Amino acid sequence: MPDTPAKTPHALAARLRNVNKSFGDGGSRLQVLKSIDLDVRCGDITMLVGPSGCGKTTLLSIIAGTLGVDPGSGEVKVFDQDLLKMSSRQNTKFRSTSIGFIFQAFNLIPTLTCTENVSVPLLIQGKSTRHAEKRAREVLDQVGLGDRMKHRPTQLSGGQQQRVAIARALVHEPRLIICDEPTAALDAKNGTLVMELFEKVARSPDRAVLIVTHDNRIFSHADRIAAMDDGKIVEVHDVTGTNPLPEHLRHHE
Amino acid sequence: MLRLALKMLFGDTAKFLMLVAGIVFATFLMAQQSAVFCGLMSWTTATLKNVPAPLWVVEAKVEQVNETNPLLDTDVARVRSVDSVAWAAPIYSNILRARLANGSFKIIQMIGIDATTFAGAPVKIKEGNIHDLRLPHAVIIDDLAVKRLAEVRGKEVKLGDTFEINDQEARVVGIADTVQSFTGGPYVWTTYERALQYAPPQRKMLSAVIAAPREGISESQCAQDIAKETGLKAYLNRGFAFGDDQDFNTSTVWWYVRNTGIPFSFGITVAIGFIVGIAISSQTFYSFVLEHMKHLGALKAMGASTWTLCLMLLTQAFTVGFIGYGIGLFCTAMFAFPALKNEQPPFYMPELVPPIVFGVILFICGLSALLGIWRVARLEPAMVFRG
Repeated sequence: MPDTPAKTPHALAARLRNVNKSFGDGGSRLQVLKSIDLDVRCGDITMLVGPSGCGKTTLLSIIAGTLGVDPGSGEVKVFDQDLLKMSSRQNTKFRSTSIGFIFQAFNLIPTLTCTENVSVPLLIQGKSTRHAEKRAREVLDQVGLGDRMKHRPTQLSGGQQQRVAIARALVHEPRLIICDEPTAALDAKNGTLVMELFEKVARSPDRAVLIVTHDNRIFSHADRIAAMDDGKIVEVHDVTGTNPLPEHLRHHE
Repeated sequence: MLRLALKMLFGDTAKFLMLVAGIVFATFLMAQQSAVFCGLMSWTTATLKNVPAPLWVVEAKVEQVNETNPLLDTDVARVRSVDSVAWAAPIYSNILRARLANGSFKIIQMIGIDATTFAGAPVKIKEGNIHDLRLPHAVIIDDLAVKRLAEVRGKEVKLGDTFEINDQEARVVGIADTVQSFTGGPYVWTTYERALQYAPPQRKMLSAVIAAPREGISESQCAQDIAKETGLKAYLNRGFAFGDDQDFNTSTVWWYVRNTGIPFSFGITVAIGFIVGIAISSQTFYSFVLEHMKHLGALKAMGASTWTLCLMLLTQAFTVGFIGYGIGLFCTAMFAFPALKNEQPPFYMPELVPPIVFGVILFICGLSALLGIWRVARLEPAMVFRG
C-alpha cells in the first residue's frame, strides 16, 4: 500500500463524504451517523465535540479504520487512501504505520514497563526489540518520563500514564493521531499539562491530530472544532487569532 | 510481540500460577495413575517373569497365569512327546500359607520346579546356590519374603532360617531377586515333588508345563504343534504386546482388563485429571484473556493482526503447558523413586506414557487457547473506544 506523504501544511489528512453508519437490524436499527462530510487537515489539531451519544466516537472509529460504514456510503479517505476499498489486511497494516492512538483509559499493559509499552507499535510493525526500545526511550525522554522508563503503569500517576500513552502514539511517527477523550480520566491541572505537552510534541505540519472530547477546558488547543449533534456535524469552526472560539462552543459539552 | 505475550503472562502471577497448577495436577494425575496401572498390570504377569520359559502349556480354557486349571502329571510326558519340543518340565504354582516361628501366618506364592533340570528357577539368585534346593526341606525365597517372613518386624530372614508350610518345615537355602507378585505374597521356590508335599492334595496337581522348542523351530510353531497334538493351550512368553494373542503376558493382562474393575478405577482417575486440567486451564485462561481484552483490543486497533494476537495466545497457553508438564512429570518422578525403591505401590511407566500425556496436555492448552482465540477473532478493534 503506497503512502502519499502530506508535505504541505493544510493538505488533507482525512476526507469524509456522505458517511452513514447504523447499528442493529430491522426495528431496532439505529442510525448513528447521518451524511457526515468532514475534512481533517494536516498541521491542525481538530476536535470533535458534542453531547454523549451524538456519534463522535463512532466517527473517530471510522476515520481510524477500526469500524466500517453502511453500504452505499460515500467515501472515507485518509491520506488519499480509500479505507472503504482496503482489504482487512491492508487496513490493519495502514493503521499500524499511519495512525497513532491515545485512548481514554490509556490502555497501557500493566505488566509491561513504560519502555515496553511505548515500543509496542514498532513491534507490531515487525521492528526488532532493540530498535523499538531505543526509540521508545527517546520518545519517553521527550515527554519528560526519562526517569520512569522501567516503571510499570500502575506505579505512575494518571497524568504520567497519559504521557506514556502519548509517547506510544508518537513512537512510530504516524501522520494521523487519534485521541479519544485524552483528558477525561485526569484532573483539571493534569489535563492542561498533558494537553500542553501533547501540543508541543505532536503538532507538526505533516501530521493531523483528531481529538474527541467533552472537556471544554482543552478547546483552546484546537485549530478546528467540529460540533456534532444527533449524528450530524452541525458546525465547523476554524480557530484563529481573528476568529476566536465563539461563546456557545466555549461552553459546549 | 511473543516476548511481550510472555511478559503479560508472567506478570499476572496469580493467574499464571493457577494455570500452571492446573496443568501440573493434570500431568501428575494422568502420568502417575497410568504408571501405577501399568505397574499393577505388570505384577499380574510376575510369575511369567520369575519363572522364565519360552512356552507355557496350560489347560485349554486357561486365559491367565494366576488362575490355572490343574493338569494330570502325565501331561508333561505328552508335551515332551511332541516332535518340535526340545524339553518340557512340570510347574506347580499356587498360593499357600507359611507359618512363622511366632505363630503368625503369611500368604506365599509357592513355585515347584523340576529338581533335575531346575527349569523355571529364579533368574537372579542373590544369596545361596540353586543346587541346594535338592537338600531336604530346602526353599529359595525372594527379597520380599526376606522382610515379610521375618519373625520380628524390622528383622530379616537369613539363609538357614526356617518356617512351616502346611505343618512341614521349610529351610531357606537361597534368596532371589524377583518381580513382586500381583497377590502380594512373596515367591517361594522348591522342587516340584516337595511342593506337592507342602500343598493340600488334589486329584490333579500340575499347574503348567514349561517347554522350549527344538533348535530351528520357532516358538510360535512349537506352540501350535503342542496345541494340535495334546489339546492343551500353549502360550508364548515373550512379553506384553498389543494384539499378540499367542502371548501369555498379553492374555493375562487383557483378562484383568476385562474381568476386574482395575482399569475402570484408574481410568476414572485419569479422566478426572484430564477433566480437571481442562476445567481449570480453560476457565483460568479464558478469564485471563477476558481480563486483557481491552489491551488486546488496543493492540488490534494499533494494527496487530488477528493472527499475531492468536499467536500470542497460543504462545502463552503452550508456555503454561510446557512448564506445567515439566513440573508435573518431575512430581511423578518424585513419586516414582520411593515407589521403585520399596516396590510399593506398583509403578511402571512405559515409554509411551510421557508422550501421550504430553499430547493430552497440548490438547488441553490448545483448547484453552482456542476459547481465547474465538473471542479475539470476534473482537472489533473499535470496541476499544467504547470505554
